[in-house]
This record gives sequence, structure tokens and C-alpha cells, in this order.
Amino acid sequence: MCLGIPMRVLESRDGAGEGELAGVRRPVRLDLVPAARPGDWVLVHAGYALQVLDPAAAEETLAALREVGEIGREEPR
Amino acid sequence: MRFPSPDPSLPFRAPEAVRGLAAELARLDPGRPVRVMHVCGTHEHAIGAAGLRDLLPPWLRVTAGPGCPVCVCPAAEIDCAARLAADRGVVVAAFGDVLRVPSRLSLEEARARGGDCRVVGGIEEAAALAAAEPGRPFAFHAVGFETTACTTAAAVRRGLPANLSILSSHRLVPPALEALLAPGGPAPDGLVLPGHVLAVTGLGEYEALHRRRPVPMAAAGFEPAEILLALAWILRRLRGEPSRERVGNAYRRVVRRRGNPEARRALAEVFEPVDADWRGLGRIPLSGLALRGRFAALEARTRHGIAEDPAVGDLVPGCRCGEVLLGAAEPEECALFGAACTPESPRGACMVAFEGTCHARFRTGAAR
Ligand code: SF4
Repeated sequence: MCLGIPMRVLESRDGAGEGELAGVRRPVRLDLVPAARPGDWVLVHAGYALQVLDPAAAEETLAALREVGEIGREEPR
Repeated sequence: MRFPSPDPSLPFRAPEAVRGLAAELARLDPGRPVRVMHVCGTHEHAIGAAGLRDLLPPWLRVTAGPGCPVCVCPAAEIDCAARLAADRGVVVAAFGDVLRVPSRLSLEEARARGGDCRVVGGIEEAAALAAAEPGRPFAFHAVGFETTACTTAAAVRRGLPANLSILSSHRLVPPALEALLAPGGPAPDGLVLPGHVLAVTGLGEYEALHRRRPVPMAAAGFEPAEILLALAWILRRLRGEPSRERVGNAYRRVVRRRGNPEARRALAEVFEPVDADWRGLGRIPLSGLALRGRFAALEARTRHGIAEDPAVGDLVPGCRCGEVLLGAAEPEECALFGAACTPESPRGACMVAFEGTCHARFRTGAAR
């Protein structure tokens, strides 16, 4: 029950919206993420979006991961 | 900047990243055994499903703490909900796992006795059910940490159907961690913090916690690479490497410093912290949430004149959920694990819930 899943916002109207992940559509309440717009990815839990995912921050982490991935490959075993 | 469809989590599952991080962890040997605790049932599942424990160096152990809201909900509160359904004619709506949690009377048993108990995926569904039958009293058993409590708060703030009340069993994570890290207790060497709770609350409360209990702690997401990144951050601190951040954050795409201000505002408007019991752990100061002020009358206990019966015990004989929740015992150390106690016929709460440590260990252990 504590699962949070990312969904893409398809539409939003007065706090009520619809989200989609891998072709599955679900109603999503957007009351807690007033800045969310259609096209944004949000983290959804118990029918509510709790946060808007930040692509720039994700990219920072991914860059760090790519670095570690490289180091990991170069390291002699 | 936009995420590529279909799923922004995919890159965090990349095998090269996971392998690279595993090699990195092995290099961060602090020269002594290390035990890191996570406090989130979803982390336990993610760790089990990805086989992450097999990738860890032998000196590093990752254990599970009190991270399952269904598991920590005291039997006496489940009993309250069940009596509302069985004896008071109240339709009780709850998350699916809650129905099966053992108590003096579980919700499933209440249903077998003619009580009306419904499974819902959240308070919105409970509100829709109540609105469809305005002549009957409904109660939503609100179980969950800050992640779920803010959804209850949002719905309450917007206005519930008049026939729907709330049985609040919400709990806060930081006070439980503070109790867990108390001197003399079974404190771990580091904490992986639950990413979705911190998505709501932000890092501030944990920075304050770290000032009082200086154990390295880092927020993690739920993909393998995000969990390993948090472990690496913790190990660097244990090796004495400095960091500009007091609390690590390996889940930046979701966890911001201030969390979600709107969700925090909803929580503060609707709830106030109160002392609360945790199954198997006992009473923890200011660790529960009660409806406050003008919302207090929405509490199901008040509306229907019911209270917890202190005679209801938390654990059946032999069940070691209390120790499992503290990370002081592994599920396998319980004599009932996998024999008398399975997900199909659970004896303790830790085996019922999808996020329960015993449940997760049974499922992922059986899968491998
Ligand atoms: S295996 Fe079952 S009985 Fe044993 S601690 Fe876990 S939930 Fe309790």
C-alpha cells in the first residue's frame, strides 16, 4: 500500500487529473502538486500525486552513475 | 528538459550501473562489519527482487527496520476497526493488507461475521463508496506514514461525504527512528531513508534527527542503483570522508530539501502529532497523527464512541515481529517462518503486508 509509482499526467482540471504508465490510465488527484502540468511525470501514491519528478536532478544522478559504471568496468578484478 | 517515455525509472535499473556500484561498495571497506538498516517495505522488496544482498561485500549487512505501516499498526487499532464493522454496522474501508492483519478480531473475521469491510486503494475510493450510499455510516481506516497521511489530509481539507469518518492510525517516521537510534539500543551503523516519505517531508527533519543521533543516513529511491548509491554515501561517511550534505540524497529526482510544501501544509492543517503505540515496539512520543481542531469530530472513534481495548495483545505466541521490526532478528530466525506462518496463512503482521519483512523475505527467498 505504500507503493509510489511514476505516472505521466495526461490532463488536469481543478485538482482532478488522469495519469498514464505503460498504457494504463488512472484517475490521479493533483491537489498536492499544484504546479503539475500535462506531460509532467509525477509520483503517485494512494491515488494522489505526491511530487513532480525533476528530470534535471535525475540527469545529475545518471551522470554520476555513468561515471561509476565506467570506473567499475576499468577496475581490474 | 523532458523524460523519455515510457518510464523514467529505467536507467536506474541498468545492469552496468548496478555492477559498477557494487564494485565501488567493495572498495569502501571501513575495516569492520557494517549493518545498515532501511525502514521501508518497498526497499525490502526492491532489494529482494534485484538480489542486491548477493552483490554486497561480506562485511556489509542490510537489514529491515520498522518500515511497514500495516505491520506497525497495533492490534488494538485493527480491533477497533473490526468492531466498528462487526458490532456497529459501520462500513469499514481499508487498504487490502489491513483486512488480513491478525488481531483479537481481524477485519476479515469481522466480514465473516456479517460486517461490511471493503478494500480500497486510497481515501478517494472510500469517499466515492460513502457518497454512493449516503444513508449508511462509513469509516476509512487511515493506515500509513507521511506518504499516506498527506493524502488523507488533502481529502479531509477538501471535504468528505457527511457519512464518512476517519479512523486515524497514521504514524510519523522520524520519532520511530529517533527511538531506534537511542543509545543502548540495537542501533545500526547507517540508515537508508524511505524516499517516498522524504518526497513529502523533505530532508529537514532528518537533518535535525542527525544532529541528535549522528548516524550516517541517506534517502534512496527504489531502483537498484538508487539503493546502492545511498549505501555508498553512507559507507563514505563511515570511512570519515567529509560531505557538504548532512543527510545524503540518492533520490534527487523526487526528494527535495523542503519536500512537498503543499503536502506539508495539508498535514499541518489537518493533523497534530500525538503519542502513539507501534506494534511490537511500544509507545513512542509524538509519533502518531490525530485529527486536529475543527476536523477532530471526523475521527471515527469519537463519532461512534469506540476506543482501543488495552487487553488486545500485539503478538501471537512465538511470533517475533517485534524483533524483526527492530532489525534485531531476521525472519528466518523465527521458528514459525515459512512453516506455520506463510503469506497464505499469516500469524504475524510482518507476514501479511506486501511490505512486511517476513512477507518480502518469504516471496523473494522463494523466488530465487
Ligand atoms: S514469520 Fe510470522 S510469526 Fe514469525 S516473526 Fe514473521 S510474522 Fe511473526
